[in-house]
Amino acid sequence: MKADRAYQATLTGLALLLPAILLALTVELAINAWPSIEQFGWSFVFTSTWDPVADVYGAGPLIFGTLASSFVALVLAVPLAFSVAIFLNEFAPRWLRRPLGFLVELLAAVPSVVYGLWGIFVLIPFLRAFVVPPLKAVLGWLPFFQGVFYGNSMLAGGIILAVMVVPYIAAVSREVLHAVPDTQREAALALGATRWEAVWMAVLPYGRAGLVGAVMLGLGRALGETMAVTMVIGNRHDISLSLLEPGYTMAAAIANEFSEATTSLYLSALFEVGLVLFVITVVVNAAARLLVWRTAPGRAVGSRAL
Amino acid sequence: MIPLIRSTLLALAVPALAGPVVAQVKLTGAGATFPNIIYQDWVLTYNQRNRGVQLNYQSIGSGGGIRQFSENTVDFGGSDAPMTDSAIAAVGGSVLHIPTVLGGLAVIYRLPGVSAPVKFTPQVLAEIFLGRLTTWNDPRIAAINPGVQLPRSDILVVHRSDGSGTTYVFTDYLSKVSAEWQRRVGRGTSVNWPVGLGGRGNEGVAATVAQTPGALGYVELGYAEANKLQFGQVQNRGGQFVTPTVASVTAAAAGAMAEMDPATDFRVSITNPAGADAYPIASFTWLLLRKQYADPAKAGALVPFVWWAITDGQAVAAKLGYAPLPAAMRPWIETRLKSITAGGKAVWAGPK
Repeated sequence: MKADRAYQATLTGLALLLPAILLALTVELAINAWPSIEQFGWSFVFTSTWDPVADVYGAGPLIFGTLASSFVALVLAVPLAFSVAIFLNEFAPRWLRRPLGFLVELLAAVPSVVYGLWGIFVLIPFLRAFVVPPLKAVLGWLPFFQGVFYGNSMLAGGIILAVMVVPYIAAVSREVLHAVPDTQREAALALGATRWEAVWMAVLPYGRAGLVGAVMLGLGRALGETMAVTMVIGNRHDISLSLLEPGYTMAAAIANEFSEATTSLYLSALFEVGLVLFVITVVVNAAARLLVWRTAPGRAVGSRAL
Repeated sequence: MIPLIRSTLLALAVPALAGPVVAQVKLTGAGATFPNIIYQDWVLTYNQRNRGVQLNYQSIGSGGGIRQFSENTVDFGGSDAPMTDSAIAAVGGSVLHIPTVLGGLAVIYRLPGVSAPVKFTPQVLAEIFLGRLTTWNDPRIAAINPGVQLPRSDILVVHRSDGSGTTYVFTDYLSKVSAEWQRRVGRGTSVNWPVGLGGRGNEGVAATVAQTPGALGYVELGYAEANKLQFGQVQNRGGQFVTPTVASVTAAAAGAMAEMDPATDFRVSITNPAGADAYPIASFTWLLLRKQYADPAKAGALVPFVWWAITDGQAVAAKLGYAPLPAAMRPWIETRLKSITAGGKAVWAGPK
C-alpha cells in the first residue's frame, strides 16, 4: 500500500516534470525576448528588414521561409511516404517488406549535415541541369517558378526537407496501416471492392487519425530542421513567391547568427525568433489535434466511408 | 620472470613519482573560430613545455567569446572584431586587446576558362556588393583587366550567412572604400546585404562559389589556398594590384603600424592600409585580457604564454595559413602586457 503510493507519487512527479520543463522553456524564451518585443512590437513579425548594424529586426521572411519550406516539403513527402507505407503494408511481397522498410527507416538515421552536403554537391547541380530548365519551360508562367535559378533556393530546401521527413511519415503511417484490423479489408473485398478500393475506402479512412499524426510528426521535424536547410536554402532575408529564389528559415537564422550576436538587442531578437518558432510549432500541433478529434471523435470512421 | 616484471613496473612508476609535484594552473579561454587552428597548436605546444600550466581554448565564436569574457566565465577571450566602447564600459574598462596573428580575405570567384587572376579595384568591389555592377563583362571590370576574356554571365554574390569576423573585416573594408556602403550597410559580423546568397561558413561560401559559374565571394585566405579556389588581386591604397599572400598580409599590418599611435589600444582596423605591397583586406585577431586579474597565479601563468605566442609562437603561423605579426609590433605589445596587474602588483616583468 505504502509502496504503491510512493510509486504513484514518483510517476506523477515525473509526468508533471515534462509540462514544467515546457513552461520553463517558454518563460525563459519570453524573458530573453522581452527587450525585442518591447522595441518592435508586432512589426517584428510583419517587417522584413534584418539589419544587425542598425539594430533593426523584422522576422517576416524567416517566418514565411519556415512555413513555405515545410509546406513544399510536405507536398512532396506526403504522397511519397503514404505510397511507400501502402505499398509495404498492402501490396509488397512478404520477402520485400522487411528489407525495404528497413532501408526507408535508415534514411532517418542519416545526420542532417550529410543531407546538407548531399544537397550542395548532388541535388543542386542535378536541379540546375535536369529539373529547373524543363520546369521553367513548362511552368515558367507561374509566379512560383520565376527568376534566375542559382541553386541555393527554397526549392532545394524544400526537397531536402522532403527527403528527410519521408522516413518519419512512412514509418508511422506503416504502423498505423498495420494496426487496421483485417476485418476492414475483408469486408470491403467481400462487397466486391478491388484491392485498391479496399485500401482507399476501408483502410485509409480507418487510420485517418494516425495518418494525420504521422504527417504532423513530419511537419514538426521540417519546421525545426536547421543544418541541412541552411546549407541549401540561400539564407537571404527576403520574401519571394518563387521557389527558385533563395529564402531563409527561423531555425537556420538562430543557428547562423547566435554565436556572433554582439549587441543585446540582436540576441534578444534571436530569442524572439525562437519564441515565434515555438509558438508556431505549438499552434500547428494543436490545430492538427483538433482536426483529428473533429474528423474521428474516438471511433473508426471506416464504416461510414463504406 | 617475476623480478623482471617488478623492475619494469618500478621503472615505469619511478619517473612519475620522482617528478616534482607542481600545482597546475588551469586557464580557460573562449572565442573566435578563425584563429582556432593556431590557438590549438599553441595551447598544445605550450602545455607540453610548461607542466605547470593547463591551457584550454574553445572556439565558440567571437560574440560568445566577448560574452563569456565579460561574464568572467573565462580567463581570456578571443575575438575577430574588437569590443565596442559600450561593451568595454560594461566590464569597467578592464580589457586589453592583444593582436596575435593576422588574417587576409581572398576574393574568390568561378570563371571557367579565365586563368589569369582577375583584378579588382575597391570601387568595383563596392559596386558589385551594392548590386549595381552585375555582369562580368561590364566595362568597369574590363578596363582594369586588359587582355582577360571575361564572360557575359551575371555576377552572383555569395556572402557568409552566419555571423562572423570574416564578414566584419570585409564589410569594414567596403565601408572604408565606399561612402555609400558605409551609409547604406555599414560594418558588422552580419549585415543587411543588398544582394546575394548566404553560405554557411567558409566552406558554404566556397562550395557555392566553386559550383556556380559566375559566382563571387570572400573567404579566409588559408581556406582559398587549401581548396585551390580562383582568387583575384585587389588594388591597394598605393594603386598596386596585390595578390593575397601571408607576406602581403603582414605587410598590411606593417603599413598600418606606420599610421598608428604607439600607445594604441590595438582596436584598430588595418583594412586599406598604407604600404606599396600591402594587401588591403586584412585584419588582426585579438586575445582579450583583463587589465586587473583577481588571481595572481592565473595572471602570472597567462601573460608569459601570450608573450610566447606573439614571439616564438609566430614561427608556425605561415605554415597554418595565418600571417605573422610584424616584428616591430613586439615592443608595443610588451608594454601592454607589463601593465597587467593582479592584486595591485604587476605580474610580468618582461621577457627573460
